[in-house]
Amino acid sequence: MNAHKNVKMLSLLMIVAILLSTISACGAAEPAAQPETVNETVKEVVVTKVVEVPAERTDIRIMMAIPINAEIVMEDLLDRFESENPDINVILDNVPYSTILEILPLQLETGEGPDIAKVSNIAGLYEYYLDMRPYLSDPAYWEENMALTMEHMNPDGGNRISGFYTDVTVTGAFINRTLFEQAGVPVPSDTSDKVTWEEWAEAAVKVRDATGVDFAMAIDRSGHRISTLTISEGAKIFDKDGNVVLDDEGMRRALQLMLDWHADNTMPLDVWAGGDSYREATNDFINGNLVFMESGVWNVGPFTDKIGDAFDWEVVPNPCGDVTCTGMPGGSVMAAMKATKHPEEVARVMEFLAAEENYHEWAARALYIPQHTGIMAKGVEYATDLPQAIRAFKVFGEESTRLDPLSYRLQNHLYGYVIMNAIRDRLTQAIVGEITLDEALVRMQTDVDEAIAAAK
Amino acid sequence: MSEINVHPEISLQLQIRRQTQKAIKLLTVPLVGLLIVLLNGIGLFMDAIQKRIGIRRMAYIFVLPNMLLFTVFSLLPILGNFYYAFTAGTKVLPENRYFAGTANFEFLLHCDNYLDPGSCRADLFWRGLFNTVNYVVFAVGGILLFSLITAVILNRPIKGRGFFRGVFFYPTLLSSVVVALLWKWVLQRQGILNASLTGLGLEPVNFLLNAAWSNFWVIFIGVWSNVGFYTLIVLAGLQAIPGTLYEAAKIDGAGPWDSFRYITLPLVKPSLIVVFVLSFIRCVQVFDHVFVMTGGGPGTATQYIVQYIYNTGFSSNPPNLGVAAAASLILGLILLVLTLIQLRVTGSGEETDYA
Repeated sequence: MNAHKNVKMLSLLMIVAILLSTISACGAAEPAAQPETVNETVKEVVVTKVVEVPAERTDIRIMMAIPINAEIVMEDLLDRFESENPDINVILDNVPYSTILEILPLQLETGEGPDIAKVSNIAGLYEYYLDMRPYLSDPAYWEENMALTMEHMNPDGGNRISGFYTDVTVTGAFINRTLFEQAGVPVPSDTSDKVTWEEWAEAAVKVRDATGVDFAMAIDRSGHRISTLTISEGAKIFDKDGNVVLDDEGMRRALQLMLDWHADNTMPLDVWAGGDSYREATNDFINGNLVFMESGVWNVGPFTDKIGDAFDWEVVPNPCGDVTCTGMPGGSVMAAMKATKHPEEVARVMEFLAAEENYHEWAARALYIPQHTGIMAKGVEYATDLPQAIRAFKVFGEESTRLDPLSYRLQNHLYGYVIMNAIRDRLTQAIVGEITLDEALVRMQTDVDEAIAAAK
Repeated sequence: MSEINVHPEISLQLQIRRQTQKAIKLLTVPLVGLLIVLLNGIGLFMDAIQKRIGIRRMAYIFVLPNMLLFTVFSLLPILGNFYYAFTAGTKVLPENRYFAGTANFEFLLHCDNYLDPGSCRADLFWRGLFNTVNYVVFAVGGILLFSLITAVILNRPIKGRGFFRGVFFYPTLLSSVVVALLWKWVLQRQGILNASLTGLGLEPVNFLLNAAWSNFWVIFIGVWSNVGFYTLIVLAGLQAIPGTLYEAAKIDGAGPWDSFRYITLPLVKPSLIVVFVLSFIRCVQVFDHVFVMTGGGPGTATQYIVQYIYNTGFSSNPPNLGVAAAASLILGLILLVLTLIQLRVTGSGEETDYA
């Protein structure tokens, strides 16, 4: 019995000894010298620069939702940054867009989340942005070149310097010109720069019927995209006091068009009927199965990559409604977050990415439109010689000058997303016949009023 | 003795094998030793506790780790949920929310006509509730029926019985997301099923864009992916029935249907009750495979109550955690009441049967 007890006591002492030795074994990593380049063609290692990696590196996390072609560019830029700033380790998390929309706001409120994030709800998240001004080496550079960005990121009228636009967007229509040619149907925008929605729908249906593709026309299932239609048809959205009022003649006309197009199969149910999450019609367009798609400039990069010259895709001016011809502005900003524990390092990363040559490289290679006065004055030399992409940027550039002021007001409104999502969700119910258009308009208004009341 | 000439390559392989075996032996000894040390250490620790509190109370010590996990990951969140249900605001942190009393519950429960979701303030909540009732009725019914039929068949001495048991159980092993994606590919517009229909000269059907069809398929897939698990429960119940009862019944001239009705069903009833309770609770919480397959669509045709709670609390902009928490409490209360009723009914039924 005593021997048994002694064995157990000895075992307990050994466990404690193992635990203590394990804890003490966890020490700092030793610094290591790293060769920077390897010249493999001459079968020898040519060390051009030995970079001393400090023992303590600051981790900076960036959360983005970007396509693969843009991710490659960002990785290149960040690798360059790290080689010039070996004390900072930048970790890029490329996440689904729904994570940015749904999870990021919760993370930010709890004080967690990334140090930097690419966000599209620019006004809605302003309370979480870091004011980098005290940490920047040249705040005047930001004020001079990115004044509009500052305006959008300070809906309360402040003058924080919190980030820069990764991409300024504008909605626009893509057509599959090859299908038009195969069908022998003239492209309406070839003869007019004010083609109505109904004219596009009619032409797209003719092309679909002639070529046998599945879908004639589609608009992304997005409150942002549908606002292109509603505003062009005369929806006012706000009354003279700035209150949200959705039920008016223009809104009804626009939504009725959507109901009619789905009822007569001009538009497929696949995009707008399925559930209540964001859904693009992009894949159908890429597969050559869709004649006309209302989407936006962010698809130029992916289409250049995934379609290339497989068929002749083209951006055409935004269709016109009864009242105006307009797209919707948008975009995402790379925003520094105030919950970061490393504001100085965050500012260094942001200064590097926003520096003119690096910002230009990002825009040129990822095929995005920047918001930078200096770059726009000189023009962006896009890294593509695909004629479709070059033409697309030209059209989108022109479209950005034709945007209705109401579209800017809606996009930059503090509750812009609330309004657009309410329209999207209730319109879906009306399209599948769950509720009537009248009921949908009442419900949209109630949803918006209640959400705004809850947010205040 | 003649010399055996071994090919150099084979000799090398033999050397490698011997060295590997030696290494394994060398590693095994300290690993086993460490395990013995650890177990002895734990035993010493438990001896000390037992001396202090007595052997009768040792059961609580063994249950304690699980209770701690339950407290942290279940009980505290439930209590937190009560807090959120009675507060309002768009913030997550409790200190940033304000007291709202029963406002969230009033919002959810305010209806002109409880049978018409369109007349309710929170119409989507009521749509989700009605959809869930519909799902539960058909899915639980389907699970009970098909698990019983399958278990009865698999209990018979058929050829390849072991193989078929594996086949029926296999879908249970798959993750619900995988199941949903597979079936989505089968059912979508350009899926295999429509390709087959077209090949047979029939018109394709947009299964996932039609309210009735999408409801049918989510129920079907819910039953299909879970029936294997419940079949095992019923099978265990069937195998506990003594064979002598069937023999006696046969001697008395009872046919297969009589045996099933008067012997099998009453004696497998306890297993069926277990299946009912488990499947009922699981079906009320349906979310995964539906969300992946239809996203709750078309429209809100397959949006169930759990998705409503998720949408309200997480994916809406801004999120409304108060209403989501209140909805989850209402759901929990409904579940509790129904479970108590069901246990009471089946419990009294049992007494009657065996009186």
